[in-house]
Amino acid sequence: MSALEPTKLDRPRASRDWSAADSGTAKSVAAALRRADLGDRLRSLALAAPLLVLLALSFGIPIILLLSRAVYDPTIANALPQTSQALRGWNGTGLPDDAAFLALAADLRSNQAKGTAYELAKSLNARLPGARSQVLKTVRQLEAAERPPLEVMKAVPFWSAPSTWPVIESGTHSVTSFYLLSALDLRWNADGGIERVPPEQAIFVQVFMRTFFVAAAVTLATLILGFPLAYLIASVPKGLAAILIVAVLLPFWTSILVRTAAWTVLLQKFGLVNDLLLWLGVADDRLDLMYSRIGLIIAMTHIQLPFTLLPIYSVMRTIQPSQMKAAYSLGAKPFTAFRRVYLPQVFPGVMAGCLLTFILCLGYYITPALIGGASDQLISNFIASYVNVELNWEMAAALSFILLVFTLALFGIFARILGLDRLKLV
Amino acid sequence: MLLSPYPTTGERIRITLLWLWCGMVILFLLVPILIPVPLSFNSGAFFIFPLEGISTRWYEVVLGTQRWQAAIGNSLIVAFGTTLIATILGTLTAIALSDEKFPGRRIVMPLLLSPLIVPVVITAVGSYLFYARVGLASTYAGIILAHTALASPFVVVTVGASLTGFDRNLMRAAAISGARPITSFFRVMLPLILPGVLSGAAFAFVTSFDEVVVVQFLASANQRTMPLEMFIGLREKLSPAITAAATLMMALSIVLLVVANLLARRGKQRPRID
Repeated sequence: MSALEPTKLDRPRASRDWSAADSGTAKSVAAALRRADLGDRLRSLALAAPLLVLLALSFGIPIILLLSRAVYDPTIANALPQTSQALRGWNGTGLPDDAAFLALAADLRSNQAKGTAYELAKSLNARLPGARSQVLKTVRQLEAAERPPLEVMKAVPFWSAPSTWPVIESGTHSVTSFYLLSALDLRWNADGGIERVPPEQAIFVQVFMRTFFVAAAVTLATLILGFPLAYLIASVPKGLAAILIVAVLLPFWTSILVRTAAWTVLLQKFGLVNDLLLWLGVADDRLDLMYSRIGLIIAMTHIQLPFTLLPIYSVMRTIQPSQMKAAYSLGAKPFTAFRRVYLPQVFPGVMAGCLLTFILCLGYYITPALIGGASDQLISNFIASYVNVELNWEMAAALSFILLVFTLALFGIFARILGLDRLKLV
Repeated sequence: MLLSPYPTTGERIRITLLWLWCGMVILFLLVPILIPVPLSFNSGAFFIFPLEGISTRWYEVVLGTQRWQAAIGNSLIVAFGTTLIATILGTLTAIALSDEKFPGRRIVMPLLLSPLIVPVVITAVGSYLFYARVGLASTYAGIILAHTALASPFVVVTVGASLTGFDRNLMRAAAISGARPITSFFRVMLPLILPGVLSGAAFAFVTSFDEVVVVQFLASANQRTMPLEMFIGLREKLSPAITAAATLMMALSIVLLVVANLLARRGKQRPRID
C-alpha cells in the first residue's frame, strides 16, 4: 500500500507520523503506517464502545446472570453448611449416619434464628415437592425443644424417606443440573443415570412441543396466505404494487399488543369472526374462539404474515418474468415451469421468511397470554409465571436456557445457509 | 404483466383465483387493524356492530382520566429517553462499523442484533433479576436502559444503510481543508446522513413506545406505560376505552414509521459524489 493513499492523509496524527518517518528508512515508514492504522482501528472501536458497553450492562449481563441461575443455586449449600460437611463421607445410598441428622437439625435451627428458614424450605421444595411444609414443621418442633434434636428428626418420616437425602446432598453442591434436566422432564435416578420423570410430573416437554406445534402451524398458515400475495405484488405494475405493499406494511407497523387487542375484540362470542362464520354457514352456533388454540393461531398468523411475506417478496422482485416465458416457449406446462424455474429461485426467500416466523413464534408471550386459554400457554408464558407467580427463578432460568438454545440454534442455521443480510427485522 | 397477450382459459382461471385469494388475504390483513377504529367512536359500551351512535366519550376517558394521562406521560418519558440514547450511541456505532478497518465487524454485528433475536421474555426476566440487584428496577432509568438495548439495533441498521451511500472522501476533503474531526462530522457527515439518523430515531421511539413485556417486569405501579395499561385492561375487563387507546397508539406508530421509511429511502437514494 502506498503511503500517499488518501486514507493516510485524512487524520492529523497519521500525517504527523508520515512526516516523522520521512527522514527515516522504509522500515520506519511501514511502522508509522501500522501505527496510524492501529490508531484508526482504536478510534473506530472507541466510537462503538459506548453502545457496546451499554448493551453489555443492560442486556448481556442480565441474560448471563439469568442463565447462570439455571445451573448455579447456592441457597441450599449456604443454608446447610454443617450438613454439607457431614455428608462429605456419605456414599449416597440409604440413610446417612446420625451425625448428618444432627448437623441438619443444627442447620435448620440456625436458619430459623437468621430468618432464612422459609427461603430454604422453598428452595428444597423446588427440588422435592412437599418439602416446604416438612421443613417448616421440623423447624417448629426443633425450636420447641421438647425432645432432643435427633429424636425430632427421626420422628418426622420425611427425613427418613429414601428420596430426601440424595436431594439434600445434591443441593449442597451449588452447581446443579437439576433445573436444566427438569426443564426437559428428566432427572437423575438412584443409579446415577438420567431418566424421565413420572408422567404425572412431566409438564415441560409437552409445553415445548406445543410451542413448536403452534410455531409450525403459524408458519405454514403465513406461507399459504403470504406466498400468493407476494407473487401478485411482485407481478403487478409498480403503482398497484405500492398500494398492495401498504396493505402488508400497515399491520406490520402496528404493535403486537394493539393487534392482539384487535383480535380479542374480533374473537369474542358475539364478535365479527363468529358473525362471519354464521353468515357463511361454516358454523351452526357461535364458537368459543377466545382462549382457544385456534384463536391463538389465527391471531399469531395475522401478526406474523408480513414477516413471512416480505423476505419472499424481496426475492420474487428480482426474478425476471422473461424466464417463465422462456420456459413456456420451450414447452413447459405452467406447473412445470413454476416448479422447475420459479420455485428454486424463490426458495431462499421462502426459507428466510418461514425460518424468521418460526423463530419469532417460539418467543411469543403477549398473544398467548391474552388470547390463549390455560392449555395454550407457550414456553415464554411459563417463564413469566415461574418468575411472577411461583417465584422460582431457577426454573424460569432453566426454561429460558432451553428456549434460548433452540432460538440461537435456529438463527445459526439461518445465518449459515442464508446469511445475516436476509434478516429483515427492520 | 400477469396475463400473457393471448391468455388461455386455464390462465384466466388461475389469475382470477390468484386475485380472489389475495383479496381475501388483504382483507385478513387490514380488517383486524381497522376494526378498533370505528368501535372506538361507539357511544355504547359494547363491541357489537352496528354502532349505537358516534361519540368521543372513550377518547375523553383515555385522554382525560388521571390513570391514562399518567400512562401516556410515562410512555413519553421512556420513549424520548430511549430515543435520545439509542440514536446518539447507535449513530456513533454505525459510523464505526461502516469503517472497513473496524476490528471484528462480523462478530460485533450479530451481537448488536441479538436483542432482536433473544425472546423478549428472557430479556425482561433477566433485566428484572439484574436491575433489582443494582437498584434500577422500578426506575425510569432502568426501563430506558432496557429499551435502549431493544431499540438501538434499529438505529445501527438504518444509519448503517444511509452510510453506505456516504462518500468517505468528503471527510478526507474536510480534513485536508483543516476541519477538525468533530467539525467535519457536524458540518459534512451529519447533514448528509440525517435522514437515516432521523429514521433510526423514529424506529427507536416506536420500539420503546410499543414495548410492553420489559415494562411489565420492570415498572412499578407509578411507571405504567400506555401499552402496559392496555395489557392490564385487556386482562381485567374489556372496555371500549382500550379500542380508543389502541387507535391512538396505532395512529402514532403508523405515522412515525411512514416518516421513518420515507426518510430511510431518501437517505439511501442520495447519489454518491465521486
